[in-house]
Amino acid sequence: MEAYNYAFLDELTKRELRRKTLKAVAIPGYQVPFGSREMPIARGWGTGGLQVTLSVIGPEDTVKVFDQGSDDSVNACNLRELICQMCDVTPTTDSLEASLIQTRHRIPEEKLREDQILIFQVPLPEVLRTVEPSEQETRRMHAERDYSRMWLHLYEDIVKYGEIRISYDYPVMVNGHYLCDPSPIPRFDVPKLHQADNLFLFGAGREKRIYAIPPYTNVTPLQFEDIPFEVEQFDQPCAKCGSTHTYLEESYDAVTGAKQVACSDTSYCDKRQRQAAGESVEIGVIWDGTNPANFEFE
Amino acid sequence: MAYVAVKGGSHAIHEAEKLLKYIPWKEGGSPLEVQQIRKGMRLAVDRVMSEGSLYDPDLAALALKQAEGDVLEASFLLRAFRSTLVRNFYTLPIQTENMDVIRRISATFKEVPGGQYLGPTRDYTKRLLDMSRMDEDSSEIMKYVTNYLSESLTEAVQEELSGNGESDMPVFPRVIELLRAEGLLAAGEPQDEEAVIDDITRHAISFPASRSARLQTMARGESGALMAFAYSSVRGYGDVHPTIGELRVGYVPVEIEHPFYPGETMTIGRVLVTESEMVVRVHAENHREAAGRAQFAVGYGLCFGHNEDKAISMSILDQTMQQQNADSPAQDEEFVLYHIDGIESSGFISHFKLPHYVDFQAELQRVRSINEKGDRSADGEREQEKEATPHGSL
Repeated sequence: MEAYNYAFLDELTKRELRRKTLKAVAIPGYQVPFGSREMPIARGWGTGGLQVTLSVIGPEDTVKVFDQGSDDSVNACNLRELICQMCDVTPTTDSLEASLIQTRHRIPEEKLREDQILIFQVPLPEVLRTVEPSEQETRRMHAERDYSRMWLHLYEDIVKYGEIRISYDYPVMVNGHYLCDPSPIPRFDVPKLHQADNLFLFGAGREKRIYAIPPYTNVTPLQFEDIPFEVEQFDQPCAKCGSTHTYLEESYDAVTGAKQVACSDTSYCDKRQRQAAGESVEIGVIWDGTNPANFEFE
Repeated sequence: MAYVAVKGGSHAIHEAEKLLKYIPWKEGGSPLEVQQIRKGMRLAVDRVMSEGSLYDPDLAALALKQAEGDVLEASFLLRAFRSTLVRNFYTLPIQTENMDVIRRISATFKEVPGGQYLGPTRDYTKRLLDMSRMDEDSSEIMKYVTNYLSESLTEAVQEELSGNGESDMPVFPRVIELLRAEGLLAAGEPQDEEAVIDDITRHAISFPASRSARLQTMARGESGALMAFAYSSVRGYGDVHPTIGELRVGYVPVEIEHPFYPGETMTIGRVLVTESEMVVRVHAENHREAAGRAQFAVGYGLCFGHNEDKAISMSILDQTMQQQNADSPAQDEEFVLYHIDGIESSGFISHFKLPHYVDFQAELQRVRSINEKGDRSADGEREQEKEATPHGSL
C-alpha cells in the first residue's frame, strides 16, 4: 500500500480531524462540523467512524471492528481489512484486548476501561431531525437549548401510544447541556454511556459531524418523572450461552424455521460458550460492574 | 444463509468479489480498452468527471470499466481517489470568454455577437436506433471521417487547419452583457461576501450557504437529481420562467499563479466545460439581488465535460435558491444542496442493505409493547363496561 499515506488520510486531514475531535471532547455532545473526505468505502457505510479511527490510530494499536454486535459481519470484515491494510495494526475480536473499537450500533457487553476508545459509526447525528428538518434551525435550537419540541414529541407518544416509541437513536442529555443522538444503539446500551471509564467518539461521514462523550460524563436519557426510561427486556436466555443479562436478537433457523434468541455481541457470547466448555477465558465485568458467572447455562 | 451470524464473513466478501470479476467474462471475450471507453463513451466519461469532481478522462474511463458502466459507482471510485490527492495549488478563476467554443447557443436573441453554433449536438437528430451500427468496422469509420473532413469543413476552418489562413476565429462576448449594458440585470451579490471562496471539500457546508458553496455543491452534484429539482421548479412547484441567455461548451485554459515569479501566471492545462447562463425575471420584494425594480437576474451553471442538462439545471437552481422564504422544494437551499450529491445519496440508500438486526430487534420490542398496552387498555375498557352494566337487569 505504498501508494497511500499511513492510515489512508493525508497528514493535514488527520490534523484537522484530531483538532475537531479535541473540540468535540471539550464540548461534550456538541456536533463539530468537519471537512469529511470521501473514503474508499461508500458514504453511509461507516465513513465517519472510519475517518475518526484513522486519525487517532497508530501501529501500536489493537483494533476491533464490529457491526450490530458481530465481528464477523461482512461490512465489519471489510472495514477491519482496510484498517489493517492501511495501518499495520493487530486486529482482535476481544473487547478486552482492543485499544480502539469501531462499532456500528452496539456497545460491547463488557465494560470498557480508561485506556480504550469506542468509536461509533453514525448515520444521522442530529437528534432533533425527527422534529425539525432544517439544519439551520436545529443548530439554533441547540444553541438556545430549545428542546421543547422534542419533549412534546415524547409526550405526544405517551398520550397516543402509552409509551415513547423511539427504539434506537434514543435522545440523551449530555453533561446537562446538549441533547445528543447516541447513534442507533438500542435503548439497552444507553445507560452504558453514563459515567463511563472510556471515551466515546462519534463520527458521521456523510453528515460531516464529529461529537464525543468524554469519560465520567453525565448522560441521561430523556424521561418524565412519572414515566421513567425503559430498556429492552428479554424473557428467554440466549440459546447459545444461556445469558440473561445481554442484548439478544431473534432469528429463524435456516433449516427448521424455528425462532430462537441469541446474544447480539457475538464475541462475548463466544467467550462464555468457551468458558462453559471448560476453556480458560478472560471475561470482563458487565457495565453495572458485576461479573455474572456462567452457571446460568444449562 | 444469514450473511452475518454465520462465521466466515471475510471469506464471503472475498468470494463475492471474485464472482463479480468473473461475471462479465463468463463467456470469454476480449477486454474493453480504456481508450475505447474514453472516446466511444465520451458523455459518460464527462459525467463521471463532473460528479466524481476530478478532471481526468483516462481515470474516468478506467472507473467506468471497473464499474461495468455504472456512472454513479464510477464517480464514487474517482471521488475516493480524489480525496487522497494533495492539494498543491488553487487555480485562478477560469475566464470563459477565452473558451475554445465547440458549441454556443442563445435562446434570448436570434442573433448575438459572435453568432450561434450548434456544434456536436444530438438535439435535432431523429431518435431512431441506428441498426447499421450493430456491426461497425473500422474501415467504415475511416471512410466516414475522410468524407466528413473533405465535404463538411468550411474553407476558413480548412485554412486554419492547414496553417495558412489568418486566424479568424470569432470572439464570443457574453450575451448577458447586452442586458447588463441596458441596466436590466440585477446587481450580483456584494463582492466582499465572496472575498473568501468557500471550499466544500475542506469545510462542511453551513446555512445560509454562500453562493460559492452553492455552486460548488451543484458542480459535483448528480445530474439526475439536479434535473429533478430544476424540473420541479419550472413545471409547477415554483415560479421560475427561465430563458437560456447563453449555453457554451468548449475548452478553457486553467491557470495558476506562478509558484516562483510573483505576478506571473502559468497555464497547467485545459478542461472541457459546459456553461449555462440562465436569464430569469425576478420580483424585487422577495429576491436577494433585485433592488426595488423589475429586473432580470442570471442563474449560473458550470460543470466539467459536456453535460448540458446538468449545467442548465444548475443555472435554474442557482436562481430558485436565491428566493427568500422558500415555499417550494427547489427554493429551499438546504433541501436542494443536501440531496443532490450522488455519492452521498447512493451511499446512504445502499446502506440499507447492511444488517440492521440490532435496530430491528429494538423496533420489535417497541411495537409489541405498544400493542400489548393497547390490548390491555381495550380489555380494561371492556371490563369497565361490564362493571357498569347492572348484573340483574333484564
